Amino acid sequence: MNFFLLSLIKAVVVAFVLLTTLAYLQWVERKVIAHIQVRIGPSRVGPHGLMQPLADVIKLITKEDLIPPYVNKFLYLAAPFFAVTMALISISVIPFGGPIHIFGDNTWMQLADLNIGVLFILAVSSVSVYGIALAGWASNNKYSLMGGLRSSAQMISYELPLSMAIAAPLLLANTLSLRHIVEHQEGFYLGFIPHWSIFQTPMPQIFSFILFLIAAFAETNRIPFDLPEAENELVAGYHTEYSSMKFAAFFMAEYSNMVTVCAMTTTLFLGGWLPLWPATAGSNFVPAIVFLLAGAIALYHGLNPVRRRDGFTLPVVAVVFFVLAAVFLIPALQGALLPLFWFAAKTGTLLFVFIWIRGTLPRFRYDQLMAFAWKFMFPVAVLNLLVTGLMVALFS
Amino acid sequence: MDVILFLIFAAIAVVCGLNVVIQSHPISSAISLIGVMGALAVLYLLLGAEFLAAAQVIVYAGAVMVLFVFVIMLLNAGAEIRHGRSLIAQVLGIPLLFTFLGLMLYFVQHMLPGTPDVHFGGFKHGTALDVGRALFTQYLLPFEVVSVLILIAILGAVVLAQKEME
Amino acid sequence: MPGVPLSWYLILSAVLFSLGVAGFLLRRNVITVFMSIELMLNGVNLSFIAFSYQWKQVNGHIFSFFVMVVAAAEAAVGLAIILTVFKNRSTLNIDEVSSLKD
Repeated sequence: MNFFLLSLIKAVVVAFVLLTTLAYLQWVERKVIAHIQVRIGPSRVGPHGLMQPLADVIKLITKEDLIPPYVNKFLYLAAPFFAVTMALISISVIPFGGPIHIFGDNTWMQLADLNIGVLFILAVSSVSVYGIALAGWASNNKYSLMGGLRSSAQMISYELPLSMAIAAPLLLANTLSLRHIVEHQEGFYLGFIPHWSIFQTPMPQIFSFILFLIAAFAETNRIPFDLPEAENELVAGYHTEYSSMKFAAFFMAEYSNMVTVCAMTTTLFLGGWLPLWPATAGSNFVPAIVFLLAGAIALYHGLNPVRRRDGFTLPVVAVVFFVLAAVFLIPALQGALLPLFWFAAKTGTLLFVFIWIRGTLPRFRYDQLMAFAWKFMFPVAVLNLLVTGLMVALFS
Repeated sequence: MDVILFLIFAAIAVVCGLNVVIQSHPISSAISLIGVMGALAVLYLLLGAEFLAAAQVIVYAGAVMVLFVFVIMLLNAGAEIRHGRSLIAQVLGIPLLFTFLGLMLYFVQHMLPGTPDVHFGGFKHGTALDVGRALFTQYLLPFEVVSVLILIAILGAVVLAQKEME
Repeated sequence: MPGVPLSWYLILSAVLFSLGVAGFLLRRNVITVFMSIELMLNGVNLSFIAFSYQWKQVNGHIFSFFVMVVAAAEAAVGLAIILTVFKNRSTLNIDEVSSLKD
């Protein structure tokens, strides 16, 4: 098929999936944090609060869109737009799966496989600092300016350990293209240890993984590094003066950055869309088993006679899971769905870690945060890169 | 297709460049300069310099210009107030500029008649591999010297910008 | 399909360079003057890369890379100097930093 038409279809599918994921990621976050804090979370709007994101979207759209008269109008309106654009663009080079065969065309489950895919992600994350800095400045408000400057300084400081932590597995993979990095991680040692970057000889990339994850927390302004947008310290920081859709745009940009960073971690360190153990040992049945288990648990809790009022949500969810388990057993679709499942499982686990840490750790003070970046993370990242380079030079 | 892309991004670069010079508030000049750098990154891609295009966005548009924007925000520089410009600059400035430009364009066109057309994909050796190889073999000494230069710049910036000792 | 003549890239580089020169000579705000210098450097980078295409060598890219690095170092030190001047004179107008003039 025509290249443009195929790319357009892929872009529409990815955009749709990404936007739905963003909306429900917020639901998942609120529920998980609520259960960590021994409360229930959103539970009134729809069964188990599943319609809460929809209610939030409607609320934000219909809120009064106020532009304060003392702001720099062009920058005030451009900043959230810019932040969202940069956040959504960076998804376009992430490989979601292997080669698939649709409509008579062989294509990859990736929007664009650039030769310089890793540099593209770094470039987009470098430029997305402007959305926040300009939002802080354009609001003509001391709190916004301080929050914006602190947030931008934090983001550019943590870009250094991030880039160094990315450079180490690149030494092993010998390429900058994200698809080739995942393909380099194919295969298994001793028949069962996957050839992922964190397990690879000559140098398992465990430190790079931890460094990248910590720098990713700081890049996306998540706890424990979220002082610039902390509500109780800075009156909501750089998005103090924003209302309705522009505020929603900043949140969308933050969650989208989170998804991108988890997808990058999966691609660089955890083997992207590759399975955990070989298909010959039965890893093709893992999605079906997982969904069957999930459906069984949902059914067990749903048929519990204690639930009198809401007696059909959980059984419906159980039926949906059973259908999904059956779908994953169809051999014709397995080629496309299995890599997607593994990618989504790994990225989902990392997102859960992000949310878990938000519910658990306190936040850093700003000077502690910056000292941590410059005095600890950067030297450790350089040391890690040197040791990796040494091992690669000696043993390959 | 190449011509259309070139014309669009060259137009963006020139308009943003004009904006840098004409705007009275430094922050608008800074944003226009970021626009110039983005347009130039696309032009580098058209010329086959993919590593340089990424480096332009990461280093220039993503770090150097952030530094400029920070300084403008911290110093709270207001819009520039124009007062008393010399008459010579106003009368002769623009025509001299066009003369200078016209001379340069004439020389460029005159001395380079046989240059090849630029096709996207005509130069395949601008990858990170090739740049890295050249950088670490043929140009190793300038690379190391430039690292020392950056170190000196960091030291200079830290010393100049620190709080004064009471 | 016809490509873009290389001289067009060089003309664009010349235009950006002269805009940089114009900004450097005509503006009074020291940060804008500094940004015009960066504009000049960008024009020169484009010229290097265009010639690198013509000769099908990667050396132009290397030169351009070094120009970028030096520009970054210069921006850091230059902005530190501007901050110090502002701390001492409270002005960003280069006409007013003229006490060494007679």
